[in-house]
Amino acid sequence: MAHSLHLTVDGQEHKLAVDPRTTLLDALRDRLGVMSAKKGCDHGQCGACTVLVDGRRLNSCLALALTHDGSEVTTSDGLAPAGELSTLHRTFLAQDAFQCGYCTPGQVCSAAGMLQEAAEDAPSVVTEDLEGPIELSDAEIRERMSGNLCRCGAYVNIVAAVSQAAEESR
Amino acid sequence: MRPFDYERATDTAGAVATLTERPDAVFLAGGTNLVDHLKLGVAEPRLVVDINRLDLTEIDELDDEGLRIGAMVRNSDAAADPRIRRRYPMLSRALLSGASGQLRNAATMGGNLLQRTRCVYFQDTSTPCNKREPDSGCSAIGGYTRYHAILGASPECVATHPSDMAVALAALDATVVVLGAAGERRIPVAELHRLPGDHPEQDTVLDHGDLITALELPPPRPGRSTYRKIRDRASYAFALVSVAATVDVDTSGPTPVIREAAIALGGIAHKPWRARAAEAVLRGAEPNEETFLAAADAELEAAEPLEGNRFKVPMTRGAIATVLSELTGTDEPETTTEDTHE
Ligand SMILES: Cc1cc2nc3c(=O)[nH]c(=O)nc-3n(C[C@H](O)[C@H](O)[C@H](O)COP(=O)(O)OP(=O)(O)OC[C@H]3O[C@@H](n4cnc5c(N)ncnc54)[C@H](O)[C@@H]3O)c2cc1C
Ligand code: SF4
Ligand code: FES
Ligand code: FES
Repeated sequence: MAHSLHLTVDGQEHKLAVDPRTTLLDALRDRLGVMSAKKGCDHGQCGACTVLVDGRRLNSCLALALTHDGSEVTTSDGLAPAGELSTLHRTFLAQDAFQCGYCTPGQVCSAAGMLQEAAEDAPSVVTEDLEGPIELSDAEIRERMSGNLCRCGAYVNIVAAVSQAAEESR
Repeated sequence: MRPFDYERATDTAGAVATLTERPDAVFLAGGTNLVDHLKLGVAEPRLVVDINRLDLTEIDELDDEGLRIGAMVRNSDAAADPRIRRRYPMLSRALLSGASGQLRNAATMGGNLLQRTRCVYFQDTSTPCNKREPDSGCSAIGGYTRYHAILGASPECVATHPSDMAVALAALDATVVVLGAAGERRIPVAELHRLPGDHPEQDTVLDHGDLITALELPPPRPGRSTYRKIRDRASYAFALVSVAATVDVDTSGPTPVIREAAIALGGIAHKPWRARAAEAVLRGAEPNEETFLAAADAELEAAEPLEGNRFKVPMTRGAIATVLSELTGTDEPETTTEDTHE
């Protein structure tokens, strides 16, 4: 039986009816035509589908769309107004942080969520002092971005891009 | 994916009542394990009861500095909670060593405890698996067993429980609060999961319809603690072997003596494995390498490794000894309390 679903995606409101089996990722891509979120593995193992839901990064392939009824979803496209670039978009370009670009929207959303987490002093497993302030060293960035795989292996430049964005947003 | 209907639970009693009536229904929390299983055909419910809107998201103080963590608190929020970071750093570390940043934002305390094994055959419906389909056989025995058990397995199933968090909770003597058809009860985390025996299809002692509502942590133990995870890559991988340990050393006499020790092991059994034999060797002994290795050997005496995981016996032995050396300062003088990064 179809259930009604209300989502705000990149600032735009949508009302639709979905089969309960629909994941958030499939609702975005197949139902709403939002192609910014990518499907890599569909099993939580690659991060290509990462979006921000009410400001927090999530794997949209492992969430039922109905769980997030009423939520605000932001994809990489929604991080900046149409035709403009966010800081992360700019630093990814500046640092040449991709090749094919397929993982990039997920990387960018993950980085956006991660920078927020770090700003709130959320520790990671490589944080020496669990109670101290967070310094985003390369080791911290690598650990915090480990949920996003890049088949092109652009990792070195992704770390540089995220690091530059972290610097600029300080 | 087989079709199912969807309901949003609005109160805990109602959620339990719905499942109790419907043997073909399941609870949905963060979905990071269940949605995967729905796709793989490992879970085929007719009704999914979404518990994401239940009011189980608080972390509250208990008497004596203990904490009660709601079942729907996200793994990332628990790991970052200042009280948990201060009083139970081992739990923060264990949570942070699991999965990825975005998965931890979705994963819940209840769902993490009840996540199912990552045995590749369990997840592949084209292969026999006693856990997924009783009496169909175990494909792992004689197959790929790198991630499988060395302790407490049975000829029916050699799978491991994959949670990092549960290992820390077992060492901390945490308790799960469960709401069932007959009311509320409490179960120590170390007794929540079963050994496979003749019924590998039953992961835990819970009944269908039981809802985990919270976790309770007793007051923090004196001494130092840590969580150490060994895995195939530096991050975003399940444990091959993990060790959660707290040790309290009495240094008032002429020679230091271990007052108390609690150790739990991950990645090596069907449940988070509380290492009681090792603890017994440690209690009252002098903290040195000989003691630590003797403790590890006492625990591993019963180990029955498989073709593909013999390495886990020396790996576990080394991990226990290393963690204990670091915690008791018998390796280098200035190691910090929490040192688990790899
Ligand atoms: C790629 C990947 C890597 C991972 N790596 C790690 C790792 O390194 N370490 C680790 O520990 N974990 C790891 N995980 C697993 C992850 O931690 C679990 O999937 C997660 O904790 C499950 O929580 P959830 O809330 O999403 O559960 P769900 O998927 O919603 O539910 C899991 C099960 O628990 C039941 N359930 C949930 N909540 C309750 C409740 N309150 N009462 C009763 N039943 C309930 C559900 O019915 C279901 O059967 C990984 C997962 C993925 C996808
Ligand atoms: S080890 Fe257990 S889960 Fe894996 S195939 Fe055998 S019975 Fe199934
Ligand atoms: S598509 Fe969601 S994690 Fe790979
Ligand atoms: S740029 Fe191609 S997958 Fe990352």
